[in-house]
Amino acid sequence: MTVTTDTVISLSGAELAFGDRILWQGLDLELGRGEFVAVLGPNGSGKTSFLRVLLGQQRLTAGTLLIEGRPPRRGSPLLGYIPQHRAVAPQTPLRGRDLIRLGLDGHRWGLPIGNLRRQVDELVEAVGATAFADRPLALLSGGELQRLRVAQALATDPALLLCDEPLLSLDLHHQKVVAGLVNDRRRSHDTTVVFVTHEINPILEMADRVLYLAEGRFRFGTPAEVMTSASLSGLYGSPVEVLHVNGRLVGAPGSHDHGGEPSA
Amino acid sequence: MTGDIWQQLFNFDNYGELLVLVRNSLIAGAVLGLVGGVIGTFVMMRDLAFAVHGIAELSFAGASAALLIGVNVAAGSLAGSIVAALIIGALGVRARDRNSVIGVLMPFGLGLGVLFLALYKGRAANKFGLLTGQIVAVDTVQMSWLVGTSAVVLLGLAVVWRPLVFASLDPEVAAARGVPVRILSPIFMVLLGLSVAVSIQVVGALLVLALLVTPAAAAMRLTASPVRVTLLSVLFAVTSVVGGILLALGSSIPISPYVTTISFALYLGCRVIGGSRATRRARPVTESQ
Repeated sequence: MTVTTDTVISLSGAELAFGDRILWQGLDLELGRGEFVAVLGPNGSGKTSFLRVLLGQQRLTAGTLLIEGRPPRRGSPLLGYIPQHRAVAPQTPLRGRDLIRLGLDGHRWGLPIGNLRRQVDELVEAVGATAFADRPLALLSGGELQRLRVAQALATDPALLLCDEPLLSLDLHHQKVVAGLVNDRRRSHDTTVVFVTHEINPILEMADRVLYLAEGRFRFGTPAEVMTSASLSGLYGSPVEVLHVNGRLVGAPGSHDHGGEPSA
Repeated sequence: MTGDIWQQLFNFDNYGELLVLVRNSLIAGAVLGLVGGVIGTFVMMRDLAFAVHGIAELSFAGASAALLIGVNVAAGSLAGSIVAALIIGALGVRARDRNSVIGVLMPFGLGLGVLFLALYKGRAANKFGLLTGQIVAVDTVQMSWLVGTSAVVLLGLAVVWRPLVFASLDPEVAAARGVPVRILSPIFMVLLGLSVAVSIQVVGALLVLALLVTPAAAAMRLTASPVRVTLLSVLFAVTSVVGGILLALGSSIPISPYVTTISFALYLGCRVIGGSRATRRARPVTESQ
């Protein structure tokens, strides 16, 4: 384990509850520069709410959160957000490079009159999207769109990348490509990555740590510590068997070994 | 017989003199085309075509109420538009809710409008004009109202342009980036309400879509460049309104069939041209690794 001298995210005694339903509590964790943490858990366990807290869109009901030593702030350029894939409406009057540009100046008031071509070109290249950057968004595949969304999230050169199931509904090949882009960025820029997913296998080799949320409780540690039968059985309060098959995890909730759904 | 109908449809006697008379209307038409063309691209991006229709019906109710009680018709139509826009904006955040809210509001607005018109004892042309449009010589008061409202819409859009595009494409990412997505929605609805209210003055409540939806839809068939879509959409909208006024000038027929026909023809043309483009572009790209 590397000692984290430079903390990017620091949570202490964090709790999130909606009414009397507690999603998680007593959460203490510190993430350093360049760390990759996978956030796993069943639907409704508070994975997405965890991201919303980091984004400053949701307040903790108890405890504190600091990002780069400061409380979270909506729209902070320290954060890059990669959403799950959603198709773009037909005839949308935007091309690949227009989507990336929104990451640079889409939050600013006024008309898009400045010339950002150079910055956009750099981002296009960074994700290998040159071949389709000038095509209409509506004609792009899920994998192509997700690459562009990665580029959009990198626009502010964020210290922290927040990924909300970005591999969902991509085919295996594109899962690898998109996860690889995120991982490359973390290696080259020491970017911290929080990766929410319901399927750990595509990122199993990248994840330094796993935050597993379930039943109002959590487990936090290295994949080897968390993704075991004993650990997950304790978390769920019922027997869970985790098997390792050819470097993939089988059996644990959050590791459905179905190889991903076909691309939409 | 056919000659008579033709004479009714197109009559260019004394055209030069007529042209001078409707100079104001032509300017008004061009301004409306500009507003309709610009806001239309956002209407399409935000999937609000049906909302435009809903707002138009309530705007019509407001205008006919104004006609009945003898106050400014433009103000009535504006009030109706804004109320409708705010209701639709507040009650229908998700598309499915929105469509049902509009489906409920629309017949109610139309019904109210018909009621007010039935009670109104004035000139029948006034009634008909609200629904199907008119090119009575636009006077200076109307003109300044129309230009003023259009300026408000265009300035408003210019201010919210980038965040509005962002929020329309990807509301979650926009919110993560700090765009006030929830405030933008009602702001846009009010701007849309204003645009509908001014458009009704010329093309009438039933045919506002021809100005606020068709030109943008046509432009989007041709290109995905945001700048080109906006320019083409404005070009199509201005061509439809100004062309419609010029053709309708000598005839006794309302302006709206001319406007809608031009706008529809432009849309058809764009579909034909754009159709071949879509199939050509739809080929899979070879992935660059």
